[in-house]
Amino acid sequence: MHMSRTHAGVQVNTDACFNFEFDGKTLQGCEGDTIASALLANGVVVIGRGFKYHRPRGVWGSWTEEPNAIVQVTLNKRTLPNCLATTTLLETGMQVKSVNAFPSAAFDIKGGLNLLRRWLGAGFYYKTFMWPNWHLFEPMIRKMAGLGAVSEQCFDDYVSDQLHETCDVLVVGAGPAGLVAARTAAEAGESVWLVDDHHTLGATHFYHEFIEGVAARSWIATQLTAIIAAGATVYSSTTAFGIYDHQLVGLMQLQGFAQAPRLIRLRASRIILATGAIDRPLLFRNNDLPGIFSQSAALDYLSNYGVSVGKRVGLASVHNADQVHDVFAKHAIEVVALNPQDEALSAIGRKQIQSVNTSTARESVDALVVCGGLTPTIHLWSHQQGGLRWQKNIHAFVPNREQAPAGLFVVGAAAGIYTLEDALSDAVHVAIGRASTPNLAAVSIPMPSAKTQNRDSQWIDVQHDVTVKDVDVAVQENYASVEHVKRYTTLGMAVDQGKTSNMLGLAALADKQKVSIPEVGITTFRPPFVPVPLVTYGGQHTHLHSKPPKRLVLEPTHRALNAALCEYGGWLRPGWYGDGRMDEHVQQEVLMTREQAGILDASALGKIEVMGPDARNFLNFVYYNRLDNLQPGHIRYGFMLTEGGSVYDDGVVWCMDEHRFLVSCSSSHVAGVEQLLESWRQDGNNPNQIYVHNATSQWATITVTGPKALDIVNALPLPIELNMAEFKHMRFLEATYQNHTLRIARVSFSGEISFELSVPTTQALMLWNDLLRIGKPLQAGPLGLEAMSVMRAEKGYIIVGKDTDGETMPHDLGFTGPRANKTAAFVGDRSLHTKTAQSSSRRQWVGFTVPKDQPMIPVGAHLVNGGDKPKSIGVVTSSYFSPTLQQPIALGLLEAGALRLGEQVSVWHMGQQSRAKVVSPCFYDVSGARLHAG
Amino acid sequence: MQQFPCPFCGERDEREFHFLAEAGKERPNTTVSIDDETWARYLYKQRNEKGEVQEIWMHLTCREVFLLKRHSVTMAVSESVSLRQGC
Amino acid sequence: MPSHYSAYSLFREGLRQQSGWGKAWRSPKPKKHYEVIIIGAGGHGLATAYYLAKNHGVRNVAVIDKGWLGGGNTGRNTTTIRSNYYYPESCALYDLSVQLYENLSRELNYNVMFSQRGVLTLCHSDPEMEMGARFTNAMKLNGVDAELIDVAAVKQRAPILNFQTDARYPIHGAIWQARAGTARHDAVAWGYARAADALGVDIIQQCEVRELILENGACAGVRTAHGDIRANKIGAAVAGHSSVLANLANITLPIHSYALQAFVSEPLKPIMNTVALSPASGTYFSQSDKGGLVIGGGIDRVPSYGQRGNLPAQETVLSGLIEMAPALAKVKLLRHWAGIVDVTPDSSPILGPSGVDGLYLNCGWGTGGFKAIPAGGLLFAHLLATGQHHVISQPFDLNRFAQGRLIDEGAASGIAH
Repeated sequence: MHMSRTHAGVQVNTDACFNFEFDGKTLQGCEGDTIASALLANGVVVIGRGFKYHRPRGVWGSWTEEPNAIVQVTLNKRTLPNCLATTTLLETGMQVKSVNAFPSAAFDIKGGLNLLRRWLGAGFYYKTFMWPNWHLFEPMIRKMAGLGAVSEQCFDDYVSDQLHETCDVLVVGAGPAGLVAARTAAEAGESVWLVDDHHTLGATHFYHEFIEGVAARSWIATQLTAIIAAGATVYSSTTAFGIYDHQLVGLMQLQGFAQAPRLIRLRASRIILATGAIDRPLLFRNNDLPGIFSQSAALDYLSNYGVSVGKRVGLASVHNADQVHDVFAKHAIEVVALNPQDEALSAIGRKQIQSVNTSTARESVDALVVCGGLTPTIHLWSHQQGGLRWQKNIHAFVPNREQAPAGLFVVGAAAGIYTLEDALSDAVHVAIGRASTPNLAAVSIPMPSAKTQNRDSQWIDVQHDVTVKDVDVAVQENYASVEHVKRYTTLGMAVDQGKTSNMLGLAALADKQKVSIPEVGITTFRPPFVPVPLVTYGGQHTHLHSKPPKRLVLEPTHRALNAALCEYGGWLRPGWYGDGRMDEHVQQEVLMTREQAGILDASALGKIEVMGPDARNFLNFVYYNRLDNLQPGHIRYGFMLTEGGSVYDDGVVWCMDEHRFLVSCSSSHVAGVEQLLESWRQDGNNPNQIYVHNATSQWATITVTGPKALDIVNALPLPIELNMAEFKHMRFLEATYQNHTLRIARVSFSGEISFELSVPTTQALMLWNDLLRIGKPLQAGPLGLEAMSVMRAEKGYIIVGKDTDGETMPHDLGFTGPRANKTAAFVGDRSLHTKTAQSSSRRQWVGFTVPKDQPMIPVGAHLVNGGDKPKSIGVVTSSYFSPTLQQPIALGLLEAGALRLGEQVSVWHMGQQSRAKVVSPCFYDVSGARLHAG
Repeated sequence: MQQFPCPFCGERDEREFHFLAEAGKERPNTTVSIDDETWARYLYKQRNEKGEVQEIWMHLTCREVFLLKRHSVTMAVSESVSLRQGC
Repeated sequence: MPSHYSAYSLFREGLRQQSGWGKAWRSPKPKKHYEVIIIGAGGHGLATAYYLAKNHGVRNVAVIDKGWLGGGNTGRNTTTIRSNYYYPESCALYDLSVQLYENLSRELNYNVMFSQRGVLTLCHSDPEMEMGARFTNAMKLNGVDAELIDVAAVKQRAPILNFQTDARYPIHGAIWQARAGTARHDAVAWGYARAADALGVDIIQQCEVRELILENGACAGVRTAHGDIRANKIGAAVAGHSSVLANLANITLPIHSYALQAFVSEPLKPIMNTVALSPASGTYFSQSDKGGLVIGGGIDRVPSYGQRGNLPAQETVLSGLIEMAPALAKVKLLRHWAGIVDVTPDSSPILGPSGVDGLYLNCGWGTGGFKAIPAGGLLFAHLLATGQHHVISQPFDLNRFAQGRLIDEGAASGIAH
């Protein structure tokens, strides 16, 4: 190995050197190096192996276009797979490993696959591995495929910030055109962002010594100073990776190795793309050999990193060859000029290039620099389906300004403008929003085609190992469309997404089909422009930030009482209280409630007020049940249906006065019900006659339920004393508690006498503590949701969504009245009378029992009809061991269940059958004596 | 992330909005007899145009329901109209 | 004549520079008249043509497409194949498809790489396990393989998943369908195209249907960029654009078009050997044979015909993935794209007569059309050949909406399909 750093480049600090490793060898790099520049400086040429044939591969490019130099990097015990060596900044102590090679890139045991190449061409796998089946061959293929390995390591702090920003003008790319555009717009008073993915701004320009008569570096510095002085926001290491609808740009901002990049969602009124152009490779035999570089990369390494790619360098270029020659000469690099169109051009060497064959000579070289033309970087333009036009003289697709997506503009080389003067004046026009028709005819760049011989050794996509021959075979087999060729050969589908291979592929395809490139068309570019970590898209929307559960105001109190907090309908609520076995606590809480009383935090219940002169008729329309005759002080249970007639929500409606109602929907449906009410209110009703106000979060509700409930409530410091003879079931009244409104509703989900006490949330803690204190000597205590769920099952009450599904209609649950009798229109009404809704085999709500000594019926078991091939006729939706009845009980939906009461039915669970008796869904206090006690 | 103009709140992030229905659907009078087809057409049939569309959306944060005119391919928004006009 | 594919032919062609491979399909000029025209050369259209020719002897068939065969949703999906559905009607349909897939490579002489690596539908709570039991029982009763497995069994199959007990969505178990898996999507389209072509079907690409020829209230053919082509029967299989096509026949469908996004990561060495779906986080993923993680989720929020994705759905789906498998947070995303899907009110497809004589519909597959290609093709071919529904397609007729006979998988299970 030799050091090929000839001088200090602009970007590296040769005074700050440090060690790193490549494939186990210790090497030295400098501050400012990329991994690739450091490897080249150390004379490392073979960096990886091809995906399919494991041919040796080296660095080709110097930035995001690089197809080969993909490495696995470990730093501070963090390993990242598939890092691009050309864009990853070198840091002290990095351990760099080649991927797809074992034990190392230089000596890869699978290198022999190259010999089998003739059998492994495009799509070979579609033609074999069919017998006995693919799954047998698959593990072997999978092991061969894939680049780096991802560790199962989780980095705790690997989390992306996400910022949202806006600006007038975003300029992407800080080359000369981008700088001029940014400066012009900023000086015109617009709020401007200028971003570039490089670590150093303005470092991408190496062709011109002078710009506008000033030394290039000093010109760039002047522009940057002016841009910043004009108030623009300027970011380096920031990639615009995608443009989304309504001019939203995804910006990825690097934060250092193994740190999650930041996502900036920037909405810009205008987006000016100054993204430059990418060098095309040339097609000739063995054009994939290590030591063959793109022209711009060779210049980049030389000027920015002080690294010469060789001492005697072949140059085969269709663009700016003279300038390159001069630059090399200035650095005392010997240049062998080669004709890029030479039909006999080929590279020779085993693991790296050693010589070049031409039609006239064999030249010994240690590197070959090529340029087969330029491809404007139009990915972002294409993300928004911007129109393209074939520009013949430069053999390139350029953005068609007449088919520009809203707010999108392209300047500079990305627009196909390859002369500096034209590019700068055009950029000025575009920046101030003036129409500009740049001259694209000033420069001509030929496009050498593939050589006719050795087509299976001319590499189009070096990362996916696709040759000209592969394209030929695809065409021969009539995979003739550009999309078919891409997919059949996998051309352009590698990590680099065809940045270098795409145009070569189109040219080879056009060549083979004897048509022009624009007739072949182009494949679609997809975001992101460069690979972006998943975490950058996902941001912090994980763990509790992922669909965050709603919290009760009394949560700390419940925690202090050792509540098991579980998620119910999007709310974190106490399931039961106390450590240890859940079933024991649940049983104890049920018995406590049935015998004394339980105190439940029911704050999650919906409390939506519906007010106004039309409120009564409105609710009568929105609810299945009649509400037009609900009297003030009364409460009614009812269903909300979808227009399709299925039960959406159940809840109770309070009539506060003639024009004011409270909809107490189930806790999981508050947002949905509110939305439903609002949409019916505004679309189909007069919204000035009805108001909907969701007050759920303003009120806390505590339910006291059980035989001692009345004693407990009456022991509160209230101005009234409840009298059960007057305060009947399904009534409510208002009182004051600690100078605040207290709403007391007599509704029950447990089957016992219950009072729902609602107070402003500020009073919740006091009320809860008062109730617990009063309840304690009466053996009443906190009650969790699980016990409540058991008690409601004992009563045969449904939980919508658990006991019903999207097909359940109210008459399936025994609520037939309104369907038959309600004369006013209501949501879902007509759907209750379709052929299906009238079917006699609908699944109806019933209970099931098994003898006391038998195990519980599992929830999720199906009810089946007999026979060899059992068929589902229903499901078990709820099942408990009833502490009250000391026997298993179950509920579910059964075909024509209401007609089968008393029958035995087969229960089917995971292949096992048992028997159960169909009963009425109400197991407890069937007469309602406890509920209506007064 | 698209931006839709709420007639009251102005341009807002699409995540604040909820698509309700295509505009122009009229609920049949269900107090008189209507056939299955009429009801199914109201419930399920969509124009689903490729191009200019008119839809009813809700701005979830202010609860306003409004008419949105936009293009279903380019996503360009041409207009949003309060349903209250003429009330 | 197309070449027969085998290890032998591959060896032979290797020796002779691949020179002997014939065309996978012809590029014929359209005839003036066909027995059947199928609009849409995606998986469903091509499979329909194949089964028309093979099962019904109807070979005078054209499949026409405005673009390239397999260029729509067939080539844009996440390649999952499964039949884990709740209702008997759905199980019959999708399991027919899985059964056909099981033999498809050999039948078509084209390796579609059906990899029966199994699908895990994760359950994240006790109630979800109960729902999982209901679902598993339904599948078993419908004759589809299914198991409700516990967390240890999930870990054995997919150790990369998040098994922290304090995870936002802790894993309690999963519904496991072992016969489910993935296939190579392009190969399915290409395999059917090649086999249909070999049976005499004309596949006509880049031939946009501009109008339907309507005579006496019946559909008699199509008016295309290449002139009028007539047929006795026309079948439309144009997922994503079904409403646009129906509009040409002056009918409206119960369909909304939405963009569905898919994502693929950089290629990695094998880390995930099955498909995992987390209904709670709204994300599913698998790993392709090439090594990329293939990631999908729910549809975008805004009705759309724009074949491109949008950031809110990306954030939801990908943060969901990170929650499902936190170690993958550092993996880089390579590409994302979107297809336009037909969304029906009950998330079930529409197969049957359109209401206009001579015009038949195969549409409404929502996000799950790929897995149904063989069955959709077989059933649609039956319909076009006989004019009658196959018993399996009968429930999916358009008339189910007026009858209120929806097959609402989403509503039944709470699991998005």
